[in-house]
Amino acid sequence: MAEAAKNLLDVDELVVHFPTGRAGQVVHAVNHVSFAIAASQTLGLVGESGSGKSTIGRAITRLIQPTSGHIRFDGLDVAKMTPAAFRPLRRDVQIVFQDPWGALNPRLSVRRLIEEPIALHMGMSASDRRAYADDVAKRVSLSTQLLDRYPAELSGGQLQRVCIARAIATSPRLIVLDEPTSSLDLSVRAEILHLLAELKRDTGVTMLFISHDLSTIKLICDKVMVLYLGSVVERGDTQDVFGNPAHPYTQSLLSAHLSADPRQKMNRHVLKGEIPSAIELPPGCNFAGRCPVALDTCSLQRPPLLPVQGGEHLAACHRISDGGNRLVLAP
Amino acid sequence: MSLLQVDNLHTHFVTRDRDNQVRTATALNGVSFALADGEVLGLVGETGAGKSLTATSIMGLLRPPARIVEGRISFGGRTLTDMPPDELNALRGNEIAIVVQSPKTSLDPLMRIGDQIVRVIQAHRRMERTEAYQRALKMLAAVGIPDPERRAQALPHELSGGMAQRVLIAMALINEPRLLVADEPTTGLDVTVQAQILDMLRRLVSEMGMASLVITHDLGIVAHYCDRVAVMFAGRIVEIGPTAAVFGNPAHPYTRALIGSAPENFSLAAGRPGRGEPPNLYALPPGCHYVDRCPLADSRCAQMPPLVSVSAGHEALCHKATVTTHG
Repeated sequence: MAEAAKNLLDVDELVVHFPTGRAGQVVHAVNHVSFAIAASQTLGLVGESGSGKSTIGRAITRLIQPTSGHIRFDGLDVAKMTPAAFRPLRRDVQIVFQDPWGALNPRLSVRRLIEEPIALHMGMSASDRRAYADDVAKRVSLSTQLLDRYPAELSGGQLQRVCIARAIATSPRLIVLDEPTSSLDLSVRAEILHLLAELKRDTGVTMLFISHDLSTIKLICDKVMVLYLGSVVERGDTQDVFGNPAHPYTQSLLSAHLSADPRQKMNRHVLKGEIPSAIELPPGCNFAGRCPVALDTCSLQRPPLLPVQGGEHLAACHRISDGGNRLVLAP
Repeated sequence: MSLLQVDNLHTHFVTRDRDNQVRTATALNGVSFALADGEVLGLVGETGAGKSLTATSIMGLLRPPARIVEGRISFGGRTLTDMPPDELNALRGNEIAIVVQSPKTSLDPLMRIGDQIVRVIQAHRRMERTEAYQRALKMLAAVGIPDPERRAQALPHELSGGMAQRVLIAMALINEPRLLVADEPTTGLDVTVQAQILDMLRRLVSEMGMASLVITHDLGIVAHYCDRVAVMFAGRIVEIGPTAAVFGNPAHPYTRALIGSAPENFSLAAGRPGRGEPPNLYALPPGCHYVDRCPLADSRCAQMPPLVSVSAGHEALCHKATVTTHG
């Protein structure tokens, strides 16, 4: 397919199971998830805890081994590669985690932390490496005097800049950002988002942006994919999904978001209950048990991802065809 | 007459460094506010601004090296700041209750949920165990825990984060306190669960007519659940007022920056915002604490700023508070 060639990342029927420790019992963390990201685009993964978003990010970066499915990076299937075979690709596929305090070795200076991926993947002389690290630090607005300090001496925002510097040092083609701003204060969060937007603009790097914060996703992502209990319930252009959410889960998730403006009325549908266990998945739609508009068929048949109004906006809900998918939102 | 009155509260961390020199982190520097019966006040600000420390100071739960060096806190006409420990114990968990952020670490991992709530009741009143247990079950139902008889038998590790937070709220409300301090009550929970818990909390607080101090970094929670808001920066309240007034007409440059940094309020197409490194609590500037980050700062700001009245009940601690700026 001509279209597939443009995609930097192509994930097909990805399945990740985790053993529970009991014989024959597994956690169905990711269930037949398929999506693609075109080069230079940013895809947002949204969902609540247990929806599988971080697991997808870790499977793509091969920090965990997928159970089945394909992960094609620039046409090359990395899903079944051995860790040794994947190692040269790490230069191209980088990840930034939520907790910058836990992500950095406290005994290494900031300079060494930034030089580490350069030394591993780019084989420069020590003096070239030093100059290059200075340059990378500059790109993430870390002042040079911070380079000789240790992680404990830096603020959360500065540490996350170090993590981003490490991730971009090898000029990767794909960066997975797993809740990169969730542990940071609002003003620092805004700075990091500006920095990521600049990187995107200047280098054209492709991003997978994982977040539970809808307004952050809305700000930085071209496309968005909504997950529930390890399955995709909706995906499409950010404007389409936010502007016209089709799946009842997406609708309630968007409605639960609290605007920072007291004049904006809360028109919400507050869901009952919590995300169920991923050990025994229901046979039909995963959301049927909490869905206010579910019919009997919903708990029997798994709904396929179908176009909402033509185009690339897809949702997996039986009620879209009869128009019964709309939730009534009340103040 | 206010239920809670905090006057000029200064809480410092006094330590000694390697050379045995005294080092003082001036964490709270003259916090004053009042809270009336039935009112919900939101306390916002960045990490290190002193939000939680204000709560711990009120609750009398400070641990060395933190201590109140100046100021007065009164509750229902009684002064908390010089109250003997046993009197304070009789108030805490009874007339003043707190809900903290980390539900899992706040529950006894070895005691069943129902028994933990019974203990909170029996710590403050004489009541038969069976009656107290029934009361606990009723409260578990009120905070939205399905099948309370069965859940009361559960141990904390068997609960999800949302359920554990509901249990903590049940424990806080069981003695019908007059003041509930909620320190980041829904941080770490999913938005749909957050909505359930905040709605439940608001309903119970208004039914019981209690006052509430809600500490959060989430402007959305303040905007939709608080009657008034106090914005903290480096241990001072820099702006306080009715929620609609503060959000609609923020008078302090820090409040404007804070509201402007909510992701829905800026565009990535615009230039990068100013740097927001936290102030050094060991060496705060003598006048306004925000001076190093403030776009409007001038020589006057080296002096202690006045508390300017912006509108009814709306005040800001700033030399420039009346100046209207654009951009």
